[in-house]
Amino acid sequence: MQPHVIAGLILRHVLLYSRNAIRLIELVFWPVVDLMVWGFLTLFLKENTSGDFPHFITFLIGAMIFWDILFRAQQGLAISFLEDVWTRNLLNVFVAPVRPSEYVLATALVGMLRVTVTVIVLTILAAVAYAFRLWDFHFLLIPFFANLLIFGWSLGIVSVSLILRFGQAAESLGWAVPFLIQPISAVFYPVSVLPIWLQPVALALPSTHVFEAMRAVLAGNPLPQSELVIASALNVLYLALAAWLFAVTLRNARQRGLLVKIATQ
Amino acid sequence: MADAEVILEVKNLRKEFDGFVAVEDLSFQLRRGEILGLLGVNGAGKTTAMNMILGLTEPTSGSIHAFGLPMPRRRIEILRRCNFCSAYAPLPSNLLVWQNLLIFSLIYRVKNRRQRTAALLELLEITSLRDRVTGHLSSGESTRVNLCKALLNSPELLMLDEPTASLDPDIADKVRKTLRRVQRENGVGMLYTSHNMRDIEEVCDRVVFIHHGKVIAEGTPEEVVRHSQHDSLEEMFIDLARAGGKN
Repeated sequence: MQPHVIAGLILRHVLLYSRNAIRLIELVFWPVVDLMVWGFLTLFLKENTSGDFPHFITFLIGAMIFWDILFRAQQGLAISFLEDVWTRNLLNVFVAPVRPSEYVLATALVGMLRVTVTVIVLTILAAVAYAFRLWDFHFLLIPFFANLLIFGWSLGIVSVSLILRFGQAAESLGWAVPFLIQPISAVFYPVSVLPIWLQPVALALPSTHVFEAMRAVLAGNPLPQSELVIASALNVLYLALAAWLFAVTLRNARQRGLLVKIATQ
Repeated sequence: MADAEVILEVKNLRKEFDGFVAVEDLSFQLRRGEILGLLGVNGAGKTTAMNMILGLTEPTSGSIHAFGLPMPRRRIEILRRCNFCSAYAPLPSNLLVWQNLLIFSLIYRVKNRRQRTAALLELLEITSLRDRVTGHLSSGESTRVNLCKALLNSPELLMLDEPTASLDPDIADKVRKTLRRVQRENGVGMLYTSHNMRDIEEVCDRVVFIHHGKVIAEGTPEEVVRHSQHDSLEEMFIDLARAGGKN
C-alpha cells in the first residue's frame, strides 16, 4: 500500500465535495428527511399508545441512524467509482501506478468520511428534536459502527463489481444493493417478525445481528455479545468474498476489454 | 538512437475478443529517446495495442516488457516510470486545473510538487489556466493540461493517444514542438498514435504501420513511404482506408 496514492485518491473526492455545495447538501439532505419522518412518526405513536410500547418506539430512530451508517458506507464506494466513470477519469487512474486494493481502500475511506459527516448531523438533530441521545450507547457505538461500516463496504465492493461487469446499465445497482437486504436485515423490527423460512437468511447477514443487539440495548438489557461476535465473523467472511469477487471481475474486465469500455463510454 | 537502450519491447502480441482478432502477431521495439508512431486506420488495433501496453487490457498471447520488466506482472513498477495522455481521457471536469494536477502529483509521488507543476504549466504556456475549472477549458487548453499531467512524474516512456486530435493548427504545432523539446532535453521515449500524418512526419523518428492488427510496414516515415510506392504517408493511409480498412 502506498499512502501517497491513497491520499491522492481521497483528495480527489474531498475536493469535489468542497467545490460543490449541492453535493454537501445531498450528503445530509435525505438522512435528515428520513430522520424527520421517523422522528415525527415516533412522537405520534408515543402520544397515542400506552404501556411498554412507547419504550420500543425509540428503536425506530436508532435503527434509522444505524441503517444510514451501512447505506452511506456502501454509497461512498459505489458513488466514488461511478464518479470516476461519469467524469471519464477511470482511465487516468488505472494507467497510473494505483493498485486495485489502494483504489478500493481509498473509496472505502471516502465512504467512512461520508458516514461520519452524516452521523454527526443526525446525532445532533435526533438529540435536539427527539431527545434521542446516540451517545448513551457509550463504547458500544464502536462495534456497532464498525460492523455496519464494514458490511456497507462489502456491499459497495459488490456494487462496483457488478457495474464493472455489466457496465453503466448496472448503474442503478449503485443505489439499489443495500435496499435489497434492508427488508431482511430486521432494521425496524425484530427477526422474529419475519416468516420462519426467511429467518435463516436474515441471520446470515451481519447487519441483522447489529440491529438485534441495538434493540436489546435500547430496551435496557445487557449487550448480547454473541450477536456482535457473529456479526464480526460474518463481516470477515463477506469482506473476503467481496474482495475475491472484485479481483475476479477486474481480471475478467481486463481480459474482455470491459475496463476500457466502461472508462471511455 | 540505434544504440540506445530498448525501453519497450512488444513480441508476438495477439488480442482476441470473442473470436474477433483485434491485434495479431504485433512486434516492435522502442528505444530511449525515440518517438515511435503507431499508425493505422480506425479499427487497425492501435488503441488495443496501447491499452495492452498500459495494462488496461490483458493480451491473449505474446509478451510486453517495459524497462526489462514484464507487463502486467510488474504493472505498478512500470507505470511509475510511464505516463499517458489521450484526447479521449480528460481530467475530471468538475475540479480546478491545479487541483487535478495536485491529485496526480500525489499519486505519482512527485517531488517538489509546486515547483514541478509551475514549471510544466509554463513550458506548456498555460500558467493562466491554473485556477480555471477543467471542464470549462477549450479542447486545446484541455489537451495541454492533460499533457502537463502526463509529464508530472518525468516519465521515461510516454504514451500519447491522438494528442493533437481536434486541435487547431497553431495549438497542434505548439504541442508537437513541446513534445520534441521534452524528447530532446529529457530523452523520453514516446509511443504516438495519430490520424494526422503531418503530426507523424513531423514528430516521429520511426513508424509502425498496422492494418487489421498486423504490422504491414516499419521504418522511418521516409522509408515507409518509399517502400509503399506512395507519395506520402497520408496517401498510403487513404489507400488503406478505402481498400476496406475502416470498420
